[in-house]
Amino acid sequence: MKVKDLFEMSEFNLVTPGVEGEQEITGGYSGDLLSWVMSHAQKGNLWITVQTHGNIIAIASLLELSCIIVPENITIEEDTIEKAMNENIPILQSNLNSFEIANLLYERGII
Amino acid sequence: MEKGQWAYDLHIHSALSPCADNEMTPNNIINMAQLKGLDIIAVTDHNSAQNLPAVFKVGKGKEILIIPGIEVTTKEEVHLLCYFPSLDLVLDFDKKIKSHLPPIPNKKSIFGDQIILNEKDEITGEVEYLLINALDLSIDEIYKEVEKREGVIVPAHVDRKSFSMISNLGFIPPHLLINTLEISKNCNKNDINLPKEYQFIQSSDAHYLGDILERKFFIGLKKLNIENVLHYLRNYYC
Repeated sequence: MKVKDLFEMSEFNLVTPGVEGEQEITGGYSGDLLSWVMSHAQKGNLWITVQTHGNIIAIASLLELSCIIVPENITIEEDTIEKAMNENIPILQSNLNSFEIANLLYERGII
Repeated sequence: MEKGQWAYDLHIHSALSPCADNEMTPNNIINMAQLKGLDIIAVTDHNSAQNLPAVFKVGKGKEILIIPGIEVTTKEEVHLLCYFPSLDLVLDFDKKIKSHLPPIPNKKSIFGDQIILNEKDEITGEVEYLLINALDLSIDEIYKEVEKREGVIVPAHVDRKSFSMISNLGFIPPHLLINTLEISKNCNKNDINLPKEYQFIQSSDAHYLGDILERKFFIGLKKLNIENVLHYLRNYYC
C-alpha cells in the first residue's frame, strides 16, 4: 500500500500539497521522543507523532520514513511544512489521537 | 572590575553543534561578542565541550568573561544548560557524558558538521556521533553529575514547545535545586505561569554570528568573575 492511498481517507488531511505519496508503507511507528524514534523506527514506516518542529523532517529523511501523521489537529509549523515539501515527505493531520490513528490503520488493514 | 550591571549572552553554539554555522569559530565568537559589547558569554554546545579549550585560549587576556558551559539533552529530551566553575570541571563532565551519547553516526547532509577547532580556528577533528541526540541520562542523573562538579543547571528555553522542561515534563521538579530558568530572547517572563518564583535569564541560543546578543540583558554582580555568575544562577532571593 502506498501513502497516497491515505490521502482519500476522511480521517486525514494532507498538509503538504503537491507531495505525491508514492512511498510504500512498511509499517507504523508511534513515538514522540526523537532519539527513541531514531533508534527504532524502520525505513518506510508511517510515523505518528505530536512533535511538529522542523527536526521531525530531519528524522524522517534520515530514516526514509514514508509519511508523518500528526494527531489531534495540532498546528504544524510553516517551516516544517516547507521542509517536508522540499524533502517530498507527506504530512497528514488528523483530529484523532495517536492511539485512535494506530487503531484505525490496523482496522482498515493498512498496517 | 567594579560592581555593576554586566551584559551577557550565556547560550551560544559553536561549529561543534551540528545545527550551528561553521563560521561559529572560537575567534569569530569572541570577536563578535566583543564587537557587540558583551561582558559575559558562554559557549554551550550540544552534549560536548570540545571547543571550549580553544575558546578559552582565544579569550585569555581579553576583556570578556567566559563561563564554562554545555547544553545537555537529557533522556526526557529536555535541554539543560550546565555551567561550571572551571574549564577542567566542564571537560570532566564532558568525559563523563561521552559514554552516554547513543552511538548513532551523524549524517552531515541532514544535520550539519560537528567540528572541533583550535585557537587558530583550524579544524582538528570531528565528532562522529550525533550530538543533538538525547543522552541516556535522566534529568536527575545529570543534576547529580553537575552538582558533583560544583556546577549549576539552568533549564533551557522553557517557553518553547519542544525540548523544554515545561513542554516535556509539565513542571520543574521541585526536589532539584533550580532557581533560574532560561527563556527565549523574545519571550516575556510574565507569560510564564509557574507555582514558584523563578529568576529568568535570556540569551540568544545563537547558531549564527549575527544572532549573538547586543547589550540587551544584564546580570548585577559586585565583582565580575565566574564564581559570582554561578552564585547568581544558583540562588534567587525574591
